[in-house]
Amino acid sequence: MKKSFDILIVGIGGQGTILASNILGEACLLEGRHVKGAETHGMAQRGGSVETHIRIDGEFGPLIVPGTADLLVSFDLLEALRYSHYLKEGGKMVVNHHMVLPTSVFTQKIPAPKEEEIAAQLARFTPCLIDADRIAVEAGSALAQNVVILGAASWSIPLKAESLQEAVKKLVPPKTVAVNVKAFELGRAAGRS
Amino acid sequence: MERQYLLGNEAIAHACLESGIGFVSGYPGTPSSEVVDVLRAQKDPAYHVEWSVNEKVALENALAAAWCGLRAICTMKHVGLNVAADPLMTSAYTGVTGGFVILSADDPFAHSSQNEQDTRYYAHFARLPCLDPAGVQEAHDMIPAAFAISEEFSLPVLFRPTTRICHSKGDVGLGAVVPNTRKGEFHKDPRQYVVIPAHTRVLHKKLNEKQPALKKRLVELGLNHATVAGKTAVIASGIGASYVQELLPAGVSFMKIGAYPIDEEWLGEFAKKHEKILVIEELAPVVEEAVRQVAGCVPVFGKINGYAPYEGELNPAIVAAVMVKAGFLKENPFAAKEAVPNLPPRPPILCAGCHHRAAFYAMKKVFKESAVYPSDIGCYTLGLQLGAVDTTICMGASITVGSGLAHADATHEVVCTIGDSTFLHTGVQGLMNAVYNGANMTVVILDNRITAMTGHQPNPNTGLTATGVETPPVSLDALCRACGATFVETVDPYDMTGMLRVLEAAKAKKGVKVIIAKQMCVIVARRAGVKRGRYAVNTDLCTGCGTCVRFGCPAIEFVDEKARINDLCSGCAVCARICPAGAIAREGRK
Repeated sequence: MKKSFDILIVGIGGQGTILASNILGEACLLEGRHVKGAETHGMAQRGGSVETHIRIDGEFGPLIVPGTADLLVSFDLLEALRYSHYLKEGGKMVVNHHMVLPTSVFTQKIPAPKEEEIAAQLARFTPCLIDADRIAVEAGSALAQNVVILGAASWSIPLKAESLQEAVKKLVPPKTVAVNVKAFELGRAAGRS
Repeated sequence: MERQYLLGNEAIAHACLESGIGFVSGYPGTPSSEVVDVLRAQKDPAYHVEWSVNEKVALENALAAAWCGLRAICTMKHVGLNVAADPLMTSAYTGVTGGFVILSADDPFAHSSQNEQDTRYYAHFARLPCLDPAGVQEAHDMIPAAFAISEEFSLPVLFRPTTRICHSKGDVGLGAVVPNTRKGEFHKDPRQYVVIPAHTRVLHKKLNEKQPALKKRLVELGLNHATVAGKTAVIASGIGASYVQELLPAGVSFMKIGAYPIDEEWLGEFAKKHEKILVIEELAPVVEEAVRQVAGCVPVFGKINGYAPYEGELNPAIVAAVMVKAGFLKENPFAAKEAVPNLPPRPPILCAGCHHRAAFYAMKKVFKESAVYPSDIGCYTLGLQLGAVDTTICMGASITVGSGLAHADATHEVVCTIGDSTFLHTGVQGLMNAVYNGANMTVVILDNRITAMTGHQPNPNTGLTATGVETPPVSLDALCRACGATFVETVDPYDMTGMLRVLEAAKAKKGVKVIIAKQMCVIVARRAGVKRGRYAVNTDLCTGCGTCVRFGCPAIEFVDEKARINDLCSGCAVCARICPAGAIAREGRK
């Protein structure tokens, strides 16, 4: 029924989900395609769990319904699990193989989940796990992790890799273009398989 | 036509530039803030732009500009309109000469708000037109229409986007920027602008006489439109209309409401052609009430008879479920999906190194659990997680609720917190009142010199205007003393010893004691290049007592029975000061 390709990008406030959304939106513009999206702003951003919806070729509302996302991109392992119910049957998942423990684990003494346990729970989605921190450092800056993950996810996104790369060049701070282009390329190489 | 991928608020701001905007004011509030943020960031603006101290002040400033013939916009969040309601109601009587748009952004689901009120009721209450966009492109396109309607009817126009418009994005077709060429000039006309009883009675009649033509015009302009396609119909407004359009089966009529007041005659004609009608809208049943008034014996499905929810926001799955329940859709295309249960929550939290956390810690250390801690609206409302926020109702209400508690409940000490921007918004009156009426309480002004939560907008305490021009900063100390407070102490909350000492001194005195806990917002400090050096735990000295963990900083973890400081550390050093074992020190130092 739906015509759009729906991507949910999740992470923690401050990890750069909005830049990732802007890159996807810009790439859509470069290809002359419609796009809709929804973001988290305001208080919810302060280190909290955040979600960004992107609907490539979207014509109506900006929100993706649970069970219908074509692709889930997560900047944090735990957040991938939190939003995994958004993925449709057979949808793709690209995930940072790293987890920031929520402060609630320490202050409320909630049992801390282990990375291996979460990876095991995610296994049924056959996620593409990316060591974004290592790759970003290799590209030149740990701050480029969001672009690394976007590069890894680019195989599953119905946009040309050149359009995404062009959008990266256009939207990252001028001084960081080279690092981010490399981050995209290394991420893309890591996401192949 | 240029296309850009824009946030709804950015698209609205651009539409103001396309409309020859001459005056911009507002008070920050999620989800409205980015409209003024975009307009204040333009190079050499051909208009006046300001962050006002509160919404009432913003509206009155912009109203005056519209009286001078300029096109003016004033922005706020829905609850800000409560603050601005006084001038709003009477601005409908005085009217305007230049187009005047009052943007009041509603927040269904209260993503960042204290309630789920509906701006459209204010429009009805004030008898003002209200535009209600269903998407980002429409939000953009409706702004020029709003200015035109305002000038045609000489009325302020309410513009009501919701969170899913303001903070949605889309590829938006933009028009050319039209610089303001109007020169504002006030023409004296006491019968229009001095609302003494003899004048206002006449103005009220004029306002009422404008209504029939206004209703017709909103249909003529295509803001309210309908397509008859069968014997059943869905009538929808706002973002709800977008969800309906995605789901609407063939053979069902569709009416889209984008503007109020709705022409009852036109609505009644449409209703009569159908055997049953479903109304989909967020927040209050504004459209539904109008439909019910004209529907006669045609059955209407909506909130009032329990088919649609009153609370929260809509989404395609909820709309589909309502359509199925009311018999407008055979089956729900969305299977119910449950989130994975029992994951550790990750709510928003005060930043690592936020000085509010240090202030809350010191307050609780001195005043203990038994004190009552009224608080206010800002990042520091997150102090709830630290047990230091007992009440929050609206902007400025920490001091007023605090003084009320102090008068009513003699058994508990009262220590309230309020941010600098909120204090200047509506807190000053509360302080003046508390001193005047002899309350016993401590007021802690959490002064980070900026309006942080909404995206770091400057305020009169910052020393910069909205456009970054230097301006004399208000003296909070002098202001508090002018209100009659005699105990006014300014202290750096990172200095835990000093902070505790001042709080102890306040506790020992009667009357209204004011403590200004002053330190830069940690995000602003980082952007300004302030580098303090990171701290680390000496695991040999750490006893695992958990004092630092209970402090609640996201930079502090607890692994293998010892504290550990992660990459988020901003070097505030408060944990080092509170560690009873002296186990925390600056990295590289012993």
